[in-house]
Amino acid sequence: MKLFFWQPWLIPILPLAGALINGLFGKRFAKSVVASIALFFTGASFVVASAHAYTLVHSGADALETSYGTWIRAGNFSVDFGFYLDHLSLVMMLVVTGVGFLIHVYSVAYMEHEGGYYRFFSYLNFFMFFMLTLVLANNYLLMFVGWEGVGLASYLLIGFFFLKDSAANAGKKAFITNRVGDFGFLIAIFLLIQHFGTLSYASVFRIASHLPVETTAGLLTAIGLLMLVGACGKSAQIPLYVWLPDAMEGPTPVSALIHAATMVTAGVYMVCRSNPIFSRAPIALLAVAIIGTLTCFFAATIGITQTDIKRVLAYSTVSQLGYMFMAAGVAAYSASIFHLMTHAFFKALLFLGAGSVIHGIGGEQDMRKMGGLRKYMPWTFWTMLIATLAISGFWPFAGFFSKDEILWQAFSSPHGSKIFWAVGLLTAFMTSFYMFRLIFLTFTGEYRGALPEAHAAHGSHDDHGHHGTPHESPWFMLAPLVLLAILSAIGGLVGIGNRFEHFLDPVIQNVSVEQSSAHLAEGAAAAEPEGRPGESSGTETLLKFVSVFVAFAGLGLAWFLYVKSPELPAKIAAASGGLYKLVLNKYWIDELYSVAIIGPLVAFSRVVLWQSVDQKLIDGSVNESAVAARDVSQVIRQQQSGLVRSYAGWIAAGAAAVVVYMVWMGTR
Amino acid sequence: MIPLSWYLLLGAFLFACGVTGFLIKRNIITLFMSIELMLNGVNLSFIAFATSLGTLDGHIFVFFVMVVAAAEAAAGLAIIISVYRTRETLNVDRVNLLKL
Repeated sequence: MKLFFWQPWLIPILPLAGALINGLFGKRFAKSVVASIALFFTGASFVVASAHAYTLVHSGADALETSYGTWIRAGNFSVDFGFYLDHLSLVMMLVVTGVGFLIHVYSVAYMEHEGGYYRFFSYLNFFMFFMLTLVLANNYLLMFVGWEGVGLASYLLIGFFFLKDSAANAGKKAFITNRVGDFGFLIAIFLLIQHFGTLSYASVFRIASHLPVETTAGLLTAIGLLMLVGACGKSAQIPLYVWLPDAMEGPTPVSALIHAATMVTAGVYMVCRSNPIFSRAPIALLAVAIIGTLTCFFAATIGITQTDIKRVLAYSTVSQLGYMFMAAGVAAYSASIFHLMTHAFFKALLFLGAGSVIHGIGGEQDMRKMGGLRKYMPWTFWTMLIATLAISGFWPFAGFFSKDEILWQAFSSPHGSKIFWAVGLLTAFMTSFYMFRLIFLTFTGEYRGALPEAHAAHGSHDDHGHHGTPHESPWFMLAPLVLLAILSAIGGLVGIGNRFEHFLDPVIQNVSVEQSSAHLAEGAAAAEPEGRPGESSGTETLLKFVSVFVAFAGLGLAWFLYVKSPELPAKIAAASGGLYKLVLNKYWIDELYSVAIIGPLVAFSRVVLWQSVDQKLIDGSVNESAVAARDVSQVIRQQQSGLVRSYAGWIAAGAAAVVVYMVWMGTR
Repeated sequence: MIPLSWYLLLGAFLFACGVTGFLIKRNIITLFMSIELMLNGVNLSFIAFATSLGTLDGHIFVFFVMVVAAAEAAAGLAIIISVYRTRETLNVDRVNLLKL
C-alpha cells in the first residue's frame, strides 16, 4: 500500500482519471456525482503531492528522480518518461494541486447554473493533469508535452461558452498567440538536442555548468532567448501578452486557476528551472529582466483605466508576472518563485472574489455598475480586501514579502539595476492604486446597478441568470475564499529571514558572483559585489519602508479619487485627453497587431494560400486528374461492349500484331 | 513431293477462313464451325511439320487438339441449347451478357 501510494506518477494521473471518467460518462451522472468525482481526484492528488513533499523535505535529498522507461530513442539520443521532484517542482506542485483543489470546490457552486457541468470539470481536471506533467517532468520534451497540454486545456476552457463569438475568438487568440511562443521553445529544444545531445534536466545542467559565462552572444544566449520567447507566450509578457485579457471570456474559476494562479506562471517556472543556462547567458538574462520590467509597468498603466472587474485583474496578472520575470532576470530565481507562490494565493482569491461579486449581482462585470456591495456580501468584501492588501504589498501580508524581495534584488543584485527597481516601485504604486480603485468602486458607496425590476434588461455576461438584489454567495464558494485569504495573509511569512530562498538553494546553481559581475563590470549596477551581505540590511530596511509608503500612497490616491471626490477621475480623464484614450484603449496594441501582422497574414492566406495554392493548385490538380481519368475511361469503356465477336476481333488483331512484330524482328 | 510451304499455306488459309467466319457471322452454330475450322487449320500445320521433321510430337499434339475439340463441342452445344432456351435466339449479338 505504502509503495503504491508512493509512486509520483499518481500525482498527475489522478486528475487524468477524473477527467476521463467525467468526460466519458459524466453526461449521465448527476451534478453532485460529477462534482464529487472531480473533487475526489484533485484532492487525492493534493494528498499524494503533500506526502511526497513531506518525504522529500525530510529525506534531505536535493532531488528525487524517477524514470518509467524510455519514451523515444534515436541513435545516441533518448528521452525518458520520468519525473523530477526537487524543491522547485515541489513548490509548484503544491501550488497547483492546493490552489487547484480550492478552485474546484469553488466551481462546484459557481458553475451550478451553467450547462456542460461535467464538461467543465472534465476540462479542469484535464488541465491539472497537464500542469502537473509540466511541473514534474524530468526533461524538456515531457515539459513541452505538459506545456502544450495546458495550452489546449486553456483553449477549451476560454471557449467554454462556445456559443458566444467573443469566447470562441478569445480561445483561438490565446491558442494562436501561444503557438508563437511555443515555436521559440521548440527551437530551443532542438538546439539543446543538437548541441547537448540530451534533454534531461540533470544532464543538460551538468553540461551547462561546465561552460563558461557567455559575455557575447553564443549558444546559451540563443537557447535562453528562445526559451524566453516561449515563456513570453505562456506567461503573457510583452509582446505576446494580448491573449490574457481576452482570456477573461472563460468562466471565472478558469481565470483564477489557469490565467492567474498556475498556467501563466509556467513561463516563470521554465526560466527558473533553466537557471543554470540563464545564469551563464547574461544577455538573455538581461532580456528577461527588461521584458519583465516593461511588462509590469505597461500592464499596470492599462489596469488603471479598465472598468471590467475581470480585465483589471487580468492586467494586474500580466503586471505581476512581469515582476516575476524581473526577478528571474536579475538572477533572483527564488524571489521569483516566492512571488509566484504568493501571487497564486492572492490573485486566485481576487478572481474568485470577483467571481463571487459577478455571481451575486447577476452576471454584471462593469465596476461602474457596482458599488456598495460591502453590506450585501461581507465575506467577499473582507477576503478580497485581504487579497488587495497582499497584492499591494502591505506588511504583513504575503505580497509584501515577495514583492519586496523582488524590488530589493532588483536594486542590489549584480545583475540588477536601479532602473528596474525604480520602475518596479512605480508599478507597486500603480498596483496599489488600481487595486484599491477596484475595491472602492465595487464595495463602497451606493449600489449603482439596476435593482430587481430593471435587471432583466441587461444581457448577463457570464450566463448567470438575473438574481434580483445582490446577495452573498453560497458557502461552497466562500470556503475557498476564506482559506485563500488565510494563505494570502500569512503565506509570506515563510519568506522571513530568507527561509524560502534557502529552501530553494539546491535548485539554483549559483554562478559565482565574481565571475559574472566581472563580465558585467561596466554594466549598470555594479552594486555590492558580494550580492546581499549583512551590512546592506540598513538599505534593505529603508527600501522596505519606501515600498510600504508607496503602497499607502496608492491607497490614499485611490481613496481620494474614488471615495472623497468621485467626480475627479472623469475630470482628470478629460484633462489628459489623448493620453487617457491611449491607455483606455490599451495603447491600441490589439489594433496595431491586427493591422501590422494579422491583416497581412489573413490577406496572404486568403489570396495566396487559399485562393491560389489551395483552390487553384491543389484542388485544381486533383480535379484535373479526375477529369482526365474520366475522359480516358470514357473512350476505353466503349470497348467493353459485351459482343463476343468484337472481343474476338481484338484477340485476332492482337495475335496478328504479335505475328507482324515477330516477322519484323526476324527480318532485321 | 509437295513442299512443306504448301501445307502451311493451306493451314493458314483454313485458319484465316475460320477467323473471318468467326468475326462476320452471327449465328452461334456457324461460329462454332469456324472455331473447328481454325483448329483444323492448326492441326494441318502440326501434321505437316511432324512429317517434315520426322518426329511424333506433332501427331500427339493433333490428338490432343482433337480430344479437346470433341469435349468442347459437347460442352459448347449444351451451352448453345441452353442459350436458345432462355433467349430464343442464336444471334450472338443479342447474347451480350459479358458486358455486365
